[in-house]
Amino acid sequence: MNTATAVHKQTRQFTAVCEILKKHRNDRRQLIPILQQVQEVYRYLPPTIMSFIASTLRIPASRVYGAATFYRHFALKPKGKHVIRVCDGTACHVKGSGAIAETLRSHLKLNSGEDTTSDMLFTLETVSCLGACGIAPVMVVNETVHGQLSPAHACTIIDSIKKSEVRHD
Amino acid sequence: MINDTACPVATDRQGHYRSVLDSVKKRVILCAGTGCIANGSLKVMEAMEAACRLHGTPVSVELRYEDDVTATPLYLSRSGCQGFCQMGPLVTIEPDGILYTSVKPEDCDEIVLRTIIKGERIERLLFKDPASGVICRGVGEIPFYTRQARSVLAPCGSIDPECIEEYLAAGGYQAARHAIEAMAPEEICRLILESGLRGRGGGGFPTGKKWELTRIAAGNIKYIICNGDEGDPGAFMDRSVMEGNPHSVVEGMMIAAKAVGANQGYVYVRMEYPLAVKHMRKAVEDARSQGLLGDAVFGSEFSFDIIIMEGAGAFVCGEETALIASIEGRRGMPDPKPPFPAQKGLMGCPTVINNVETFSTVPLIVRGGPGTLRKVGTPASPGTKTFALTGHVVNTGLIEVPFGTTLRTIIYDIGGGVTGADGKIDPDGFKAVQIGGPSGACLTREHLDLPLDFDSLRSIGAMIGSGGLVVMNHTTCMVRIARYFMQFAQNESCGKCITCREGTRQMLALLDDIVEGNGNAGTLELLQITARVVAKASLCGLGKSAPSPVISTLRHFADEYRAHIVDKRCPAGECQALSRPAIKADQCIGCALCVKSCPVGAITGERRQPHSIDADRCINCRACVAVCKLHAIA
Amino acid sequence: MTATAQITVDGMRVALNGERNLLEVIRKAHIDIPTFCYHSELSIYGACRLCMVDVEGRGLVASCAAIPEDGMVVHTTTDEIREIRRVNLEMLLANHDSDCPSCPKNETCKLRALAARLGVREIRYRNIAVKGQRDTTSPSLVRDPSKCILCGDCVRYCEEVQGIGAIGFCGRGSHSTVSPPFEKGLGNVECVNCGGCATVCPTGAITPADDTAPVWKLLRDPSVTVVAQIAPAVRVALGEVFGLEPGEVVTGRIIAAMKRLGFNQVFDTGFAADLTVVEEAHELLPIVTRGGHNFPLLSSCCPAWVKKAEYFDSDLHDHLSSCRSPQQMFGSLARVQLGPTLPPGKKLAVISIMPCTAKKFEASRPEFSKDGVRDVDVVLTTQELAGMIREAGIQLEELEPASFDLPLGFATGAGLIFGTSGGVSEAVVRYLAAELKVPTPAVAFTEVDGNSGIREASVTLGEHTVSIAVVQGLKNADLVLDTIRKKTCRYDFVEIMACPGGCIGGAGQPVPQKKETRMQRSAGLRQIDSVLPVHKAQDNPFVTDCYARLLKHPGSQEARSLLHTSYFSRKREEEDGIELGDQDRSSTALRVRVCVGTSCYLRGAHNLLQKILAGIEEHELQDAVNVQATFCMETCELGPSVAIGNRWLRSATYEKVMEEINGTLEEQKKHDARVTAS
Repeated sequence: MNTATAVHKQTRQFTAVCEILKKHRNDRRQLIPILQQVQEVYRYLPPTIMSFIASTLRIPASRVYGAATFYRHFALKPKGKHVIRVCDGTACHVKGSGAIAETLRSHLKLNSGEDTTSDMLFTLETVSCLGACGIAPVMVVNETVHGQLSPAHACTIIDSIKKSEVRHD
Repeated sequence: MINDTACPVATDRQGHYRSVLDSVKKRVILCAGTGCIANGSLKVMEAMEAACRLHGTPVSVELRYEDDVTATPLYLSRSGCQGFCQMGPLVTIEPDGILYTSVKPEDCDEIVLRTIIKGERIERLLFKDPASGVICRGVGEIPFYTRQARSVLAPCGSIDPECIEEYLAAGGYQAARHAIEAMAPEEICRLILESGLRGRGGGGFPTGKKWELTRIAAGNIKYIICNGDEGDPGAFMDRSVMEGNPHSVVEGMMIAAKAVGANQGYVYVRMEYPLAVKHMRKAVEDARSQGLLGDAVFGSEFSFDIIIMEGAGAFVCGEETALIASIEGRRGMPDPKPPFPAQKGLMGCPTVINNVETFSTVPLIVRGGPGTLRKVGTPASPGTKTFALTGHVVNTGLIEVPFGTTLRTIIYDIGGGVTGADGKIDPDGFKAVQIGGPSGACLTREHLDLPLDFDSLRSIGAMIGSGGLVVMNHTTCMVRIARYFMQFAQNESCGKCITCREGTRQMLALLDDIVEGNGNAGTLELLQITARVVAKASLCGLGKSAPSPVISTLRHFADEYRAHIVDKRCPAGECQALSRPAIKADQCIGCALCVKSCPVGAITGERRQPHSIDADRCINCRACVAVCKLHAIA
Repeated sequence: MTATAQITVDGMRVALNGERNLLEVIRKAHIDIPTFCYHSELSIYGACRLCMVDVEGRGLVASCAAIPEDGMVVHTTTDEIREIRRVNLEMLLANHDSDCPSCPKNETCKLRALAARLGVREIRYRNIAVKGQRDTTSPSLVRDPSKCILCGDCVRYCEEVQGIGAIGFCGRGSHSTVSPPFEKGLGNVECVNCGGCATVCPTGAITPADDTAPVWKLLRDPSVTVVAQIAPAVRVALGEVFGLEPGEVVTGRIIAAMKRLGFNQVFDTGFAADLTVVEEAHELLPIVTRGGHNFPLLSSCCPAWVKKAEYFDSDLHDHLSSCRSPQQMFGSLARVQLGPTLPPGKKLAVISIMPCTAKKFEASRPEFSKDGVRDVDVVLTTQELAGMIREAGIQLEELEPASFDLPLGFATGAGLIFGTSGGVSEAVVRYLAAELKVPTPAVAFTEVDGNSGIREASVTLGEHTVSIAVVQGLKNADLVLDTIRKKTCRYDFVEIMACPGGCIGGAGQPVPQKKETRMQRSAGLRQIDSVLPVHKAQDNPFVTDCYARLLKHPGSQEARSLLHTSYFSRKREEEDGIELGDQDRSSTALRVRVCVGTSCYLRGAHNLLQKILAGIEEHELQDAVNVQATFCMETCELGPSVAIGNRWLRSATYEKVMEEINGTLEEQKKHDARVTAS
């Protein structure tokens, strides 16, 4: 990516943040929706942007950081292109979601404490319940829901995504 | 009771749209709830539309108010979750009353040709009851449905949730109009109180009483909040209502607003429910454009509007004061009560917080009168309750039954019975059912004939909670289940109060000891003491109810705990430290079927020689156990 | 006759008197309900669960949140409650760094005291404590996360009393911590060093920094002459560590102890306070004589307040008195007066004994150093000095009092009352009265709007009136500062102190054990004032001498160089701000920085920034220009501010900015062309 497009992207991103703040009228009570929308712009919450939000909303930076670290949805590190959420709700759990998560973890070669693959393609998370209990066990990749999974099936889905990424490059 | 002719403007639109709907000769409804979409129902819809065009059948995928009343032979629409999730994608054909299950895109051609054009039934797509072998035509015959009493869920599965016109045509917003134009606030509160409606989110607090307390609280600014933060694992009732019948929630909130004097409402939806968020947002926008929300509702002086807010991944935000904190832009940590939200809630103002299902029920009561709920249910718990039936049952899905229905009816008649280790019906397979999610208790055989309602459950130390019902067979280790729920509580604990934060952590450590074979008599005693204190002294409901699964499993499955601690054995065979699949060498013929089934490659062996499992690599998924035809793995 | 509302507590009848909660009523009945997270001055938090009581008919409730109602029957020590308290404490202790003997808080730790009081004799739980990294980035305070019990008192204090919020809760559940944001050290965020967090912390999680080690070294070094100054507030509080009553004046005994420790000379900060009175009064005089009450002077002796003003109130710096604090006035004078008198080869070390943790930060400010030598080398708090005295085995209460050394050890009553809230103002009034040759008026403060943190007084000085506000707590200060911004302020002088009660409530003092402690300390200072022979700064002969020999007159060049200072706007974030271009710092592109701090934002900085970015794209200048958003560039009143290269544009508009950019680029091209040509 050459300099001109890079400049363009960061400019666009920052402008988007200003627009989000303006849309919410700098109302500090709307911190959560503001952070949600800013995260969509950057795919995570950069620290300087969080400070910027604090400054504009006239609240201490610690309050923004406190909210960002409280809610599971907020990421302080960039997430992978494909976010895999394995459901570990009760129904999925009794139907073996643990095995699916473990299998995926080893399939993606993630070390303990790691969530995102080094090529930034995948992030693996466990979610408490996606509400699709009728088709347990379930995982969601980005917005696509996959149900009635087995560990092998889950790996197959991931592999096909990997293949399609290779084709793009 | 209200007079349907009471609202001139809406009636005109309603009347016309009803005619448009009535003019539809045939309607094909595809379930587009999250579950069926996951199984590909949107692709089925595309294929259906293509098949119709291929075979020259004129089809509409959208029915607009402006459409001609005589011109719609076939209407292809989407509905919210119909509840029979395992059998999806589901396709309903009206007026034939046919329900096709597990429909694939390649089936659509045949459906159009044979059922839609010729009126024939395709037997292989109909539901076959595994217990009786009967092939069922539709919801009128399928036991899963016939034993239910769907009232809140009734529209889910027929109406298009993104079409406000359809909701209006069926009488929607009539109740709200009546409440706003013709009822006094105290009248509304009294009506709801008399109806016996109790909070469906788990608390079971009389809704009318909550509204009345808020109505009389001091303050000019008041709020209505709909708690759509259904985070209980194993529960998806609220999701289905928000996805499938969002306008009923909006209408319920409007009525509440008039009852207490509020002008602003919030619906707090979990971000893990993107479809519910989408449908709620559309419902609010459409309601606004029809003058049903905003500055002059129904053209009156009453103003009310709704903001949809998405949660950000914190189960604790289902607790009222934590939810309020979240809406105010703060960390979702609960506050001590008193003061209660009815007196000091959002922004310090009196606030009504009710569950999705509760709001969805309100319009039915305003339309039908104080006796509406009392037609079914029990005297203290009138009406119906939705449950999410999951786990080791034949039919998993979303159901609605009258209060007072027994577990036996739900599990065996509606659920079709308990499945065993191999996935087939096992008449003796029932071990326990977990009710109420992580705040709930495990019920056993002795409770199978207990009528389910708020008070009967409370009397045995359990609670209905939001309505999750997870059935477990003998492959489930109850100690592990207790540990699983404690882990959930630990993960979701907000960390504010000492008791819950440290207590759930220590209890989890003790349970870990037990499942790893390191427990002793002292472990159990300390677990019980801690559970007692956490249940009594925690700041909020999450902490107070976190020990419930432990307490109930200790009471009903003491033997299992003892086996883990004294015998160092896991009777269900789940605890890895205490049991692992092992291949019985004398029975193994070396067919290597298990090798293929193992996702982590833990099984090795030479052809036709007994194989063995590497215990270190084994993740105890037990796929090998299931696949071995000789039952040589235990 | 109406019956008084009352409740029954453990069988005793207690009348209700509008108490905020059940806990206060129970305490009124002399039952010491345990609690960590309840503070009468902070919002109700409800997290520690130790204050639970049993209310008949209602069950267990947290007494801090329960509203007392007529007829309630309360039990405070049932077996159930005892078990709850015991288990909660055990669980806390199982997750706590239990190395008590080496903890700075070991004598005053509330957790240790409560465990002892409640008879916790064993911890049945597995120890899961993790030794955390101590945070020593701040010169004033040390954080030790492994001792934190997450009571949130410090968080609420910083946000609710000081309005700053430098620390907060991070994470969730068992992974919660209380720390500055972005995992930064306390010294690297907007902390103003007031130490209020340390005063409310029940354990050793936040404590004042300990600088005694370098002082011991200096005292032992034969080539160093060690002199010290003692602040007024220290002398009415240090005795508490030795079992004496708060407010008991122990000045002479402290001096004796210090001489024993090896200090060569001990002086009085009060002397420098008298100087401060003179200089500050002379700043105030024209405001008073001009009349109009529309340009208030703000006091500057509280370093926490000054730092806060530098972070958040750059637009009001013109109102801040340029006077240094007494500590620093002393420091610079001592260097000038004592330095030359030293024997050859000897170095001078200036130590100050302060009630305040922010003073440690103040002493480290670069403008208070000369040629690498600080005016004040080390600041010790009251607690630290008491610690040194105890370590040396000196029994303070038994000592024969000694006197301050001269000439820097003589103070009037005016200088001494600096240590209590309202004292600075009163001292200045006394001086002004004498200057204007009118009788000294009594200064009577009244609370504003029922807020004891803001008091006001109006005094008559001949034909002039002086309107004064006295503020305690930085959040209260904002209320007054906002009126200045809105041009509705009716004060001539505003005294701002960060600590409750003024300096006698500083974080370096022994932690007050009773509600009356601070009042008793203030009373002690007032007592000294009343018995001293002189009460006005101009009656201090040594001050007069100082002007005669050195300073000439108030506000002179000599005075300005030694006793005055200037302020700057602290950038609240990293130096670099937010990159909007992708070039690295070393690139030759023209650097354009747009300030998006609050003040500029209010003047339209965001829109301007977006326009500039769009303009750069339109004119295809992306490679030539690197735009950055920064946080504050010290010119808030004239914002929006845009720096193009090294040149700053005030009240910038899009047209002016583009003109400047194009002009600069043109110049650059011409310059480059010339260079290539030659």
